[in-house]
Amino acid sequence: MNSIVEVNNAVRTYRMGSSKVHALKGVSFEVREGDFLAIMGSSGSGKSTMLNLIGCLDKPTKGTIHINGVNIAKLNDDGLTDIRRDNIGFIFQQFNLIPTLTALENVEIPMIFKRLGPQKRRKKALKMLELAQLGREYATHKPGELSGGQQQRVAIARALANDPPIILADEPTGNLDSKTGKGVMELLSDLNRKGKTLIVVTHDPKIIEYSNTTIYLQDGEVVDEID
Amino acid sequence: MKLIKRIRRNMYAQLAERNLRRQKVRTILAAIGIIIGVMAITSMGILGNTLKLSVSESFSDVGDKLVIYPAMGEDSVTQDQVNRMERIAGIEHIIPYRSSGEAVEYRDETSYGTVYRMKESDLRQLVEIESGRFFKEGSTDCVLGSSVASNLELDVGSKIEIEDTRLRVVGILKERGMAVDISTDSGVFVSHDMYSKLYPDAEEDYRQVIVVVEDIALVDTVKTELEDTLNKREKKIEIFAANSINEQIESAFQSISMFLMGIGSISLLVAGVSILNVMLMSTMERTREIGIMKAVGASRSDVLRMFLLEALILGIIASLLGGIVTVVGSFTLIYFIMGDITYFFDPTTFLYVIAGIFFGIITSLIGGLYPAWKASMMNPLDALRYE
Repeated sequence: MNSIVEVNNAVRTYRMGSSKVHALKGVSFEVREGDFLAIMGSSGSGKSTMLNLIGCLDKPTKGTIHINGVNIAKLNDDGLTDIRRDNIGFIFQQFNLIPTLTALENVEIPMIFKRLGPQKRRKKALKMLELAQLGREYATHKPGELSGGQQQRVAIARALANDPPIILADEPTGNLDSKTGKGVMELLSDLNRKGKTLIVVTHDPKIIEYSNTTIYLQDGEVVDEID
Repeated sequence: MKLIKRIRRNMYAQLAERNLRRQKVRTILAAIGIIIGVMAITSMGILGNTLKLSVSESFSDVGDKLVIYPAMGEDSVTQDQVNRMERIAGIEHIIPYRSSGEAVEYRDETSYGTVYRMKESDLRQLVEIESGRFFKEGSTDCVLGSSVASNLELDVGSKIEIEDTRLRVVGILKERGMAVDISTDSGVFVSHDMYSKLYPDAEEDYRQVIVVVEDIALVDTVKTELEDTLNKREKKIEIFAANSINEQIESAFQSISMFLMGIGSISLLVAGVSILNVMLMSTMERTREIGIMKAVGASRSDVLRMFLLEALILGIIASLLGGIVTVVGSFTLIYFIMGDITYFFDPTTFLYVIAGIFFGIITSLIGGLYPAWKASMMNPLDALRYE
């Protein structure tokens, strides 16, 4: 299988006033198409930084990261936006839905930026909500009127909207009770079985049950890798 | 209507509309700022314009005239010069005359007036008769201006005395008011024969010549032609264009209009600042949302566009409202104050309304520019972390 994400000696250093914080100290790994990778680590291990880099929200200070063959270290802001829009579907711990928009409209948002027409958007958004197993009757609800599990399903539908090959999830079950969390994880691994590459950043060991590869980060370095 | 439907279906527009609705009170307050600003500059413009029109209207009757008088060192305008004037195109009438200031007596009353030697047919071109008739050429009759007649309290048929000569008043002229050519109100108009009788030494040449131009637009052309023809070798005549007074009045009122609009634009400036404030607060509040948008694929220009669209929608709605309120308001005001709304329907009025709306929209856009730019430049990571 081709590798869809290739991280090569990635270093990320933040400047905090006069001191430097070494969030990542040279991390290398690769993710093949159709993989389900879990990145584990406690807070401060550098896993969030790793997620931001793979998600093209940030660039490495040193080293390279190839997403679908493109080295993001060399891209400017617009280039990063393009890669992000076409390749990555984000799922956040806090769902991050836009409160003024209905579930359906939230799913439509990424497609606006892909310049899809209104009819196509609506049709596809409905399909994605179905794929994320949210009842059709909730499509016109605002996020505030939905439960945590339902909101995360809307977020998953949104992540799928532009058909990205990679789904990137940041503690997707972190704000959910264990039963709801299980449902979400089953949905995600179902999507993975259908061909999506899934990368989950978490400190929740239960997620390892679903993943086929796990990377353990500690103090900005890979300390273990289990296939 | 179809366009509105299409705009409403546009997701950017829907987002903008929703975001504006989210903080209704704030949006309305910002809109009121723009409405007041547009009202201020538009109504000031309309006010100035209406004043200008109503004043310059009273002068426009003389706007198509040129007054020709002898240059320094010359005694009079000659018949030869008048003949040469006749060959110039664009002239409707040439009215040469001779005049002399004189005491006019009637019974025991005396009034001062100006005796004019002018052809009866020429006089008809300048004034209208109030009562009686114009004098006949060769007769010893005279026609009086309205103020001479009222000073002496006389009527048609009365006999006046000038330099011990008796003249019969056959007509009294309508009041013409202020004029740049001749003051007909204080005039005593007589035929050539009568004038010669009054002033046996009077020359045949003229003191002044009034040239009536066919079209007010030709005034400048005719003036140049006259200069070229008569002042070819040396300066023989001076030409005073009546429209230069109009121009002065117009430019004076133009300045007043500009000044008033300048005052009005201060309020629009304040409105622009309030838009800036509202949009800036809105970007701060929506920082996280901007982060989300960027994470799911919004580029800088997408975010910029979204925020500018909000400012634009706010600006268009508020400016249109401001325009409508101004039209209705100033119509009512002018109707009640001046009682005459003809000037209100002058095309320039609507030009001011359109300009006011235009400036309102531009101000909103400028006010929205910085916040939109700021939003677009946000780092998605920081924005997502923002609480």
